[in-house]
Amino acid sequence: MENKKTEKGGTNRRNFLKLGLMSSVTAVAGASLISNLAIQDEEVAESGEKMRLLTPDGKIVEVDASNVNKYPEALITPEESRKGIPNRKFVMVIDLAKCKNARKCVEGCQKAHKLDYNEEFMKVQLIQDNPEASPYWLPKPCFHCDEPPCVTVCPTGATFKREDGIVLVDNDRCIGCKFCITSCPYSARQFNWGHKEKFDDKSQPYSPETSVPAAEGTVMKCDFCPDMLRQGKLPHCAQSCPMGVIYFGDKNEDIVTNGEETVRFSQLIKDRGGYRHLEHLGTKPNVYYLPAVNRQFPLERGFNVEEDIIERYKDVPFVQDLKKQGKI
Amino acid sequence: MNIENRKRELAKEFSPMLEKTTKTSKIWIGFLIAVILVGVYAFFVQLFKGHIVTGMRDNVVWGIYIINFIFFVCLSYSGAFISGILHFFKTPWKNSVSRIVEIITVLSLIIGPIFILLCIGRLDRLHYLFIYPRIQSPITWDIIAIMTDLIGCFIYLYLTFIPDFAILRDNSENASKWRQKVYKFLAIGYQDTTTQREKLHKITRTMSAMVIALAIVAYSVLAWIFSLTLQPGWNSSIFAPYFIIAGLYSGIGVIIIAMYLIRKYYHLEHYIRKVHFIGAGIILLVVSLLFGYFTFSEYFSRWFSHKIHDTNLLNTLFTRYFWVFIFANYIGVLVPIVILFFKKFRTIKSITFAAIVAVIGLWFNRYLIVVPTLETPYLPIQDTREEFVHYTATWIEWALSFAGVAAFILFFILIMKLVPVIPMSGIIDNEREQKMSKKSFKKIVTE
Repeated sequence: MENKKTEKGGTNRRNFLKLGLMSSVTAVAGASLISNLAIQDEEVAESGEKMRLLTPDGKIVEVDASNVNKYPEALITPEESRKGIPNRKFVMVIDLAKCKNARKCVEGCQKAHKLDYNEEFMKVQLIQDNPEASPYWLPKPCFHCDEPPCVTVCPTGATFKREDGIVLVDNDRCIGCKFCITSCPYSARQFNWGHKEKFDDKSQPYSPETSVPAAEGTVMKCDFCPDMLRQGKLPHCAQSCPMGVIYFGDKNEDIVTNGEETVRFSQLIKDRGGYRHLEHLGTKPNVYYLPAVNRQFPLERGFNVEEDIIERYKDVPFVQDLKKQGKI
Repeated sequence: MNIENRKRELAKEFSPMLEKTTKTSKIWIGFLIAVILVGVYAFFVQLFKGHIVTGMRDNVVWGIYIINFIFFVCLSYSGAFISGILHFFKTPWKNSVSRIVEIITVLSLIIGPIFILLCIGRLDRLHYLFIYPRIQSPITWDIIAIMTDLIGCFIYLYLTFIPDFAILRDNSENASKWRQKVYKFLAIGYQDTTTQREKLHKITRTMSAMVIALAIVAYSVLAWIFSLTLQPGWNSSIFAPYFIIAGLYSGIGVIIIAMYLIRKYYHLEHYIRKVHFIGAGIILLVVSLLFGYFTFSEYFSRWFSHKIHDTNLLNTLFTRYFWVFIFANYIGVLVPIVILFFKKFRTIKSITFAAIVAVIGLWFNRYLIVVPTLETPYLPIQDTREEFVHYTATWIEWALSFAGVAAFILFFILIMKLVPVIPMSGIIDNEREQKMSKKSFKKIVTE
């Protein structure tokens, strides 16, 4: 795993398969194998039983059965979810030039996390930096910062930073003091203010990796869908986006993909002028944005949504102008 | 023997205060209990229905509960601070007010943390704070600071009560049996011998110094809960000293109000005199100047450097919160300054009025620190649900807030039924010292 970066001969595609972020069968096999090999570094009690597996490049290898990834069938308990997926450093790149506020990412996320209409882990905001500036749609997940203020202030360790860069909330541990919500500069967190029927649905056992079922009086937020990552799939938002706005990948492997194209992360950031939101705060987010230049859609296409969603953007100067002209 | 007689005299003088309950005070107690019961009902509504019944939502996650929390805890800290200073420097006229200050300190320190508990979504998991503590979190610091402070203040308050419990134990033959038992237990065998007295004085003095230090630490930690975050209106390096000054401001204000009410309803004009009001008024003047200065520096630097997020905050303050801002930061500071600055304005009533303005102004100042900041985050709130954009407290929150104030007053009245609000031992100590100094003065003269 560690030497993947230095393996220069491989094409992006091949490396990507090893990364196993696509949902094709080979990729799943490749992904779980890599996870297995990585797990060998850790202390796992050997079962003695050997299993033979096929690697993506056609070799047959024999590994101990206890090392074979049990995922996705196995539940990741709150305790296990604190460890993270070994040797990964997850990163998201959002291409603002392609976003037209289709809201498929929001809906995909809501469906997967059993969220209500107004509960959004992924929000799409309309940002206009100044009255002269061109406004743009800003899909905003949790930034999974490397210096997360929410984690620092949590008095019980209910929210934590994993080795793979993901910041999760364990709602079994959360006491609901809301300090993390006030300390997050990106308003990424939500609170379950009252009781809802869906909290009682215990058909799916709780795991911080799925954030389902939520619990009253606790905090929740975007989790980067580690359950999907363990299966070698993209997070729900990236999968649902019809425009391929959201790229997801591994910084260690230096690869990100939106499901259609797979690119080198560093190259993408370099070529397209990638940046992080509110960099000056020093939180070191793991979500990068590509500026909205050479756009694929005019901004107005984004107003093809429900009335109450448009109403959200009423304070943006651009929207006020549009309203004056009677266009919306 | 002389001292014993004097003790008896004092115990007799204060016994009506302890034992008789007038009709008005009965009505008052009944009213306070009613207010508390409404609060208790509101608490159960919140407990069973969840925080959805409050006005707090995802952006403004802390509302008037946390404001009351800061307000009461600051009150307590400033009480400890003032009381510590009064004791430590042996202020000559301290005796009449020191017990009022100490009771305020302990009561507000009990009521304040209840408000932070109301902010917590899962009270059933409160023990997680001790099972899974994380020392990095300012909340953990705050818990440690408040608990240490609470224990320190309790010990301190109790130490100052001991001599009076002893006097009451020795001089309450006519009192009911349970009272005699309580006094006997609480006096822990204190006989007011010279060694005992000296020891007690020494311990009280040490504790008074420690309470000052505790108050400063606890104050600062409380301010850090806000100032260590990245939020535009909170991330300020002067917040810790600002909170200390603000706490003193409200603390002295409440002490003046309490002095006025106690003097009026218990007819203690002989003990709580105009000199006390003038003295407290002058401290209030100094602190209000300091508080105004800190408030000005805080907002002035934000306004002058006008970073975009600070500007957004100030815009909110000067549009939606315009009158609150004017009341809290102009009227709440300038009115007390004007009243207390001119000698001819300094009457007992006007000083009390200044104190009331100061205390209410300060509560709204806290409101402006908490709520508008949360309403103007870095990324603009884009939501169609009005309650998620702007905060308005619901009746549940108000009911619990008033219940807190009512509980404060009720407990105050009950403590005054247990121990005289003017420390009898202090009066005796004063008289003894006066005699001693007279004797030594005579000695010097005759020699």
